[in-house]
Amino acid sequence: MNFSVLTSQFWSLCLSGLSLGLIYVLISLGYTMVYGVLRLINFANSEIFMVGTFATVWIETGVTGHTTNSNPLHGFSLVWTMTFALVVAMLASGITALAVEFFAYRRLRAKGTNRLASLISAIGMSIVLSESARILSHSRPQASPRLMEKISLGHLAGANFRLDTVLVVVTALIMFVVLDRFVNKSRLGKAIRAVSMSEENAKLMGINISRVISVTFLIGGLMTGAASFFFMTVYETTKFNVGFNLGLAAFTAAVLGGIGNLRGAFFGGISLGLLETMSAAVLGSQWKSVTVFVVLVLVLLVRPNGIFGEAIQQTRV
Amino acid sequence: MINIRDKGAALWEGWNHTQRTVFAVALIGFVALMPFAGNFAFTSVLDTPIASYQDVLVYPIGMFVLMGLGLNIVVGKSGLLDLGYVAFFAIGAYTQAILSTRTHLNAWEILPIGMGFAMLSGALLGLPTLRLRGDYLAIVTLGFGEIVRIVTLNISITGGTNGIARIPNPPAIAGLKFDIMHPVNYFWLVLTMILLVIWMIRRLSVRRPGRAWEAIRQDEDVAMLMGVPTLRYKIWSFSVGAAVGGAAGVIYAAKVIVIAPQMFTFNISVLILSCIVFGGMGNMWGVIFGGVILAYIPERIRFITNARQLVFGIVLVLIMNIRPDGLLPRKKREKVKAKSGVKNV
Repeated sequence: MNFSVLTSQFWSLCLSGLSLGLIYVLISLGYTMVYGVLRLINFANSEIFMVGTFATVWIETGVTGHTTNSNPLHGFSLVWTMTFALVVAMLASGITALAVEFFAYRRLRAKGTNRLASLISAIGMSIVLSESARILSHSRPQASPRLMEKISLGHLAGANFRLDTVLVVVTALIMFVVLDRFVNKSRLGKAIRAVSMSEENAKLMGINISRVISVTFLIGGLMTGAASFFFMTVYETTKFNVGFNLGLAAFTAAVLGGIGNLRGAFFGGISLGLLETMSAAVLGSQWKSVTVFVVLVLVLLVRPNGIFGEAIQQTRV
Repeated sequence: MINIRDKGAALWEGWNHTQRTVFAVALIGFVALMPFAGNFAFTSVLDTPIASYQDVLVYPIGMFVLMGLGLNIVVGKSGLLDLGYVAFFAIGAYTQAILSTRTHLNAWEILPIGMGFAMLSGALLGLPTLRLRGDYLAIVTLGFGEIVRIVTLNISITGGTNGIARIPNPPAIAGLKFDIMHPVNYFWLVLTMILLVIWMIRRLSVRRPGRAWEAIRQDEDVAMLMGVPTLRYKIWSFSVGAAVGGAAGVIYAAKVIVIAPQMFTFNISVLILSCIVFGGMGNMWGVIFGGVILAYIPERIRFITNARQLVFGIVLVLIMNIRPDGLLPRKKREKVKAKSGVKNV
């Protein structure tokens, strides 16, 4: 127990908690959006994230030809490489998400079977993805090269505003706002919300349910892919089972905010990031997941539908 | 689509008491002889290449069937999604490990204590969380499973990462020795436990708790309106399921001698849940069948070491797509009702 850390390094912890939290927010979108339309946990989302991190490493080392020893990039080539890696990671995760939907959910949904069958087939997909990655990477951790120098942009109230942290926070915020606008304003976004309110009524209104579900998986995958790029920028190493802990935390974030609710996922993710960073500083990092789950249980006891409730009317088994 | 479950049930219904007894005794006798199939003429195709066949029959196969039956009370009978069942297995195993190395109790005396601890933790977990529904319950139980593992990893009494070694074997019963040279005796022990659990489930199913669980699974609101104390029966379902997991854990720890936190990961919870859904949720015979298949396949194909988990994943996806209700689904008449009634969201 070391509570003095909280006062001495408060703002610094807040900043790192914020960047971790925003990564959680982006991953939890993969859970919460799919849950919104299907009422099913997208169990393979943690592996969709893992695929994104591997794609990032592959682009940065295999395609643009950097090694972990080469010098950091500057100027235009830095921006270009980073954007390229971000787009490829998003696409890789997005395509994986579509594949997951196609193999694990589509046929089962058409048959109208019980929810657990889809859960198990999603778990099966997740085993397939993580095992393929394990075999391809020979169970070795993969390190991504440091593309940019992690220079400090300045100190404010004791917090070190490092370039990568600031980049993650700003870009992730922009992505979330764009997604929120998209879901609330665009035609497709309205279709997604309609399906999440009532599938039957949406069908009667002429909405193509299968297409909306595919698009939802794609968007969730794209956001998870962006999260995996940010994760690699900050933490720089990945492994075939990297998705498990992050996916679990992101799913907890989605539940904390109220699953199926975009803004709930946002606040859930950020509070979880802050909570994890603070509790790791005070209690030691081995207890952070325990703290998180205790808080989750306490929150659910007081508000059984999460802090912000659910966007949809009710949840049923 | 062939429905072995209905055919088997019809056959069973048509028999009189003597025929049923003969069949049951023959079946139990056949299963009890399974450990010798590994080195017997043409059944030796069942033999597992790298792992010892008789050990495989105890763990994973026997243990998975036992835990599958326990979890089936929670998931299949009462419809509560529990993703952290491994926690109860771990609690049972650590009870045996700690008590047997620090006190003079033997495994048979610890067995009820381990089951009691597992039941207690099940009730304590259930009390606040069983008010929640569906996926919230899933994430909280998942978290509980992880918490138990993290706690065993980080406190001193459980030995941290190294776990606990030199756990004594159970003392011999009626000349049957329980040690590393006699895996067959462990198999018969697990088989006896499985039979006891089957007997318990069959008794409970036709009595008040079984009917209450069935009502809760079909529609909790209606069950509550009909006067079923839903929370109490859900906690009972959780505790009974937990007790079975705890019993499996005690015997497992006593057999393997060394236990460590990495034996009790989330994967075990997932595998046991897969046994249930794969075999046919809610149907005891389906669960047993699913447990045998899913525990056996990875061991049988151990020679493709590197890809065996991959093959396992592909099998899960394929079978769920081909037979979403599992290999031996529950009774047909329930499904017909569900189709004609209001769609259950």
